[in-house]
Amino acid sequence: MTEVERYSYDVVVVGAGGAGLRAAIEAREQGLRVAVICKSLFGKAHTVMAEGGIAAAMANANSNDNWQVHFRDTMRGGKFLNNWRMAELHAKEAPDRVWELETWGALFDRTKDGRIAQRNFGGHEYPRLAHVGDRTGLELIRTLQQKVVSLQQQDFAESGRQDQARYEARLRVFQECTVTRILKTRTSGGSTTGGRVAGVFGYARESGRFFTVQAPAVVLATGGIGKSFKVTSNSWEYTGDGHALALLAGASLLHMEFVQFHPTGMVWPPSVKGILVTESVRGDGGVLRNSDGRRFMFDYVPEVFKGQYAETEEEADRWYADQEHNRRPPDLLPRDEVARAINSEVKAGRGTPHGGVYLDVSSRLPAEEIIRRLPSMHHQFKELADVDITREPMEVGPTCHYVMGGVEVDPDSAATPGVPGLFAAGEVAGGMHGSNRLGGNSLSDLLVFGRRAGLHAARYAAELTDRPVIDEAQVAAAAREAVDPFDETRIGDGPAENPYGLHQELQQTMNDLVGIIRRAGEMEQALDRLAVFRARAARAVVEGHRQFNPGWHLALDLRNMLLVSECVARAALLRRESRGGHTREDCPGMDRNWRRADLVCTYTGDGIDVTRKENGRIRADLLALFGREELARYLTPEELPLATPGPPQQTDDASDSQSGAGQ
Amino acid sequence: MTYQAEFRVWRGDSTGGSFESYRVEVHEGEVVLDLVHRLQATQAPDLAVRWNCKAGKCGSCSAEINGRPRLLCMTRMSTLSPDEPVVITPLRAFPVLRDLVTDVSFNYAKAREIPGFIPPAGLGPGEYRMQQEDVERSQEFRKCIECFLCQDTCHVVRDHEENKSVFAGPRFLMRVAELDMHPLDAAAEAGLDRRATAQDVHGLGYCNITKCCTEVCPEQIRITDNALIPLKERVADLKYHPLVWLGSRIGLRRKD
Repeated sequence: MTEVERYSYDVVVVGAGGAGLRAAIEAREQGLRVAVICKSLFGKAHTVMAEGGIAAAMANANSNDNWQVHFRDTMRGGKFLNNWRMAELHAKEAPDRVWELETWGALFDRTKDGRIAQRNFGGHEYPRLAHVGDRTGLELIRTLQQKVVSLQQQDFAESGRQDQARYEARLRVFQECTVTRILKTRTSGGSTTGGRVAGVFGYARESGRFFTVQAPAVVLATGGIGKSFKVTSNSWEYTGDGHALALLAGASLLHMEFVQFHPTGMVWPPSVKGILVTESVRGDGGVLRNSDGRRFMFDYVPEVFKGQYAETEEEADRWYADQEHNRRPPDLLPRDEVARAINSEVKAGRGTPHGGVYLDVSSRLPAEEIIRRLPSMHHQFKELADVDITREPMEVGPTCHYVMGGVEVDPDSAATPGVPGLFAAGEVAGGMHGSNRLGGNSLSDLLVFGRRAGLHAARYAAELTDRPVIDEAQVAAAAREAVDPFDETRIGDGPAENPYGLHQELQQTMNDLVGIIRRAGEMEQALDRLAVFRARAARAVVEGHRQFNPGWHLALDLRNMLLVSECVARAALLRRESRGGHTREDCPGMDRNWRRADLVCTYTGDGIDVTRKENGRIRADLLALFGREELARYLTPEELPLATPGPPQQTDDASDSQSGAGQ
Repeated sequence: MTYQAEFRVWRGDSTGGSFESYRVEVHEGEVVLDLVHRLQATQAPDLAVRWNCKAGKCGSCSAEINGRPRLLCMTRMSTLSPDEPVVITPLRAFPVLRDLVTDVSFNYAKAREIPGFIPPAGLGPGEYRMQQEDVERSQEFRKCIECFLCQDTCHVVRDHEENKSVFAGPRFLMRVAELDMHPLDAAAEAGLDRRATAQDVHGLGYCNITKCCTEVCPEQIRITDNALIPLKERVADLKYHPLVWLGSRIGLRRKD
């Protein structure tokens, strides 16, 4: 049999972005031995690309802010499809997670009185985003990375500073390694269905060598799926690995039809199309204009947000200085609304020469202020597009940015129902953001649920009396699956497929047929093509050997991208309404009956099955945070509360909530 | 707008290698990494290269272009002569794994040698108070994307393998400076003298301020002027009598 290196840990975390590192730190602090496995070098995760900030109701910039307001904004942003319990935990715990970063060395921008400064962002009622200029994600990843290192230093010191290997005694990062399978125990009948997690199988990218890590608990923290789309702000790592691993292990995904197209990506030159332009540009005063110079967002305030946004340019401009007496500019509507508006303007012939709209901050802030607040944007446009954003407007358009859908988890513990030992946190988990995520809620999501996943994975592993044993038949099958692309004989006489070409066709298909505006016929066409791609991917053949071979890596990633693409297309075809990150030209309205339904994807062994599942009722005290008139826009008459209940009660947040700060 | 460029890419592994030439079509606005991707998709599917974000934020795609340490994703083709071959080689200061991918574990080992932030006793989460002007110096250094171009270009290790064991390199000396300038770092209270360790453990004395690190930094961090020189000055503080030192410096010190 192929040679396979063997390791054994208590908890395996797949992914080393914000959620993965936070989970690993927590599990290690619970006293367990933890392995982190990541595709890139340690510290390079996609989290570094987050720009605007971390949303947390610390009330440093506006004392009216609190977790209830944050909760309310999150539910509105997600059009009430959010798992309300996740949204509640997130809003309550985010401040603690941010403050904790400071004790690990993070240096956020400050208010005049020395506290953490907070900036405005789309959909947030008050300035709420803790930030470091426009490179907040880098600060977050570096802080967590350095915290991991300091825990390793502790282990090394405790061992007497002799043996270098002691650094990794309790917390080891396996960098540039890819996990291709979750391994499970078999039940007495011999099936893995109903079995629990036994570990993972993967390969080291550098050497191509295979390995297994035996572990009773696995935390998926692999991020998103954007690399299935052509125009995307996502890095190559975003191939939906965790989504696919969960499906293949028997877990389910929900909300996969909801894909966020960030309204402002670069549109020119072609080679940078899709690269993110932070929402902070608008939060700090930048405005959107069409080719007629009109601030078109005033024309696009949807019914559910009527009355909450400024109706004149004058009021919008006053808001930046005086938020008590003015309403916010419609440029700061949630991302789905702004992306659709830009799409409509371009389609109506009011776009820029390169097919976007203008985003102008040059006429709104002094040059030095732009450079201070938006240094990365200034640098990025100057270096990549020859545009000086202090002097001229940017050209921007929608780009695939985030998937709201993900692994179905228990809101409190991040455990997947049905697969004991499997946990998920961050972008790979579903439910928290409903149909549309607010900017800034991603980084806080990573920390809040990363910590919870690490904590509960550790508890689960610690409570087990027996360690699950790895099933060698699954290891052999995983090894065979991984070397298949080198085996040209397996495809017989038919043509071999080039993984790069296949990937490009997949991206084009998802972009064109399951993109920002969707139609039933096109999605059916996409599903037909996906079936063909799947057959062709089985014939992918790669050259060379296993040592750092990108063609091979891509051939293996294709399986995952095809699985998640099918989930997106099937769920999108089924949901006959428009909501958040799912816009149907043939079903343009939001339907209150559909709000009650989650679409749940499972793997049948051959393809994807989607079922409609009723979601639970929102707790009464949380509903009481909204006016009845607003609720009636989202909820069916029978879901509406009968009478106004009392004030929000303090609910128990289980023993795993830390201090009550922010509550 | 479109032209054919000649790319000469180093291909090989730890046992050796050689340059391979490719002709590849270049389109308007492209960066070198676009062309490397085009080579992978059309001519060299197993060409090994690291990259992630393709937006200059992650620091993965470091290599040497015509002998200069650069990020492949931030080097526009329009800055290179269309008539000359574009020569791409792996970072010279680190061992080659395959093609353009090098073993950068030196940097991770050095990172581990620097004790992390030490939180002040008596201040809980949420109680930290710092002024913007006091955090700005360290914030500049925290812009670092760990592309390791400064580590690659620094003479102290680039041509002197033997110095690697005693020299942390610009990136990690800057990390010491960052922590030393952090307004709330409690190293001193914990009995750790960051300035002394910069000199004695991390090899600050090897730096002869040629500013090569600053020149290659894609984040334009003024590594030498703002991190290394002040750190050297602070080390000097320790070595001379404070009053003598003060007398010699009054009126000369820059405003930070």
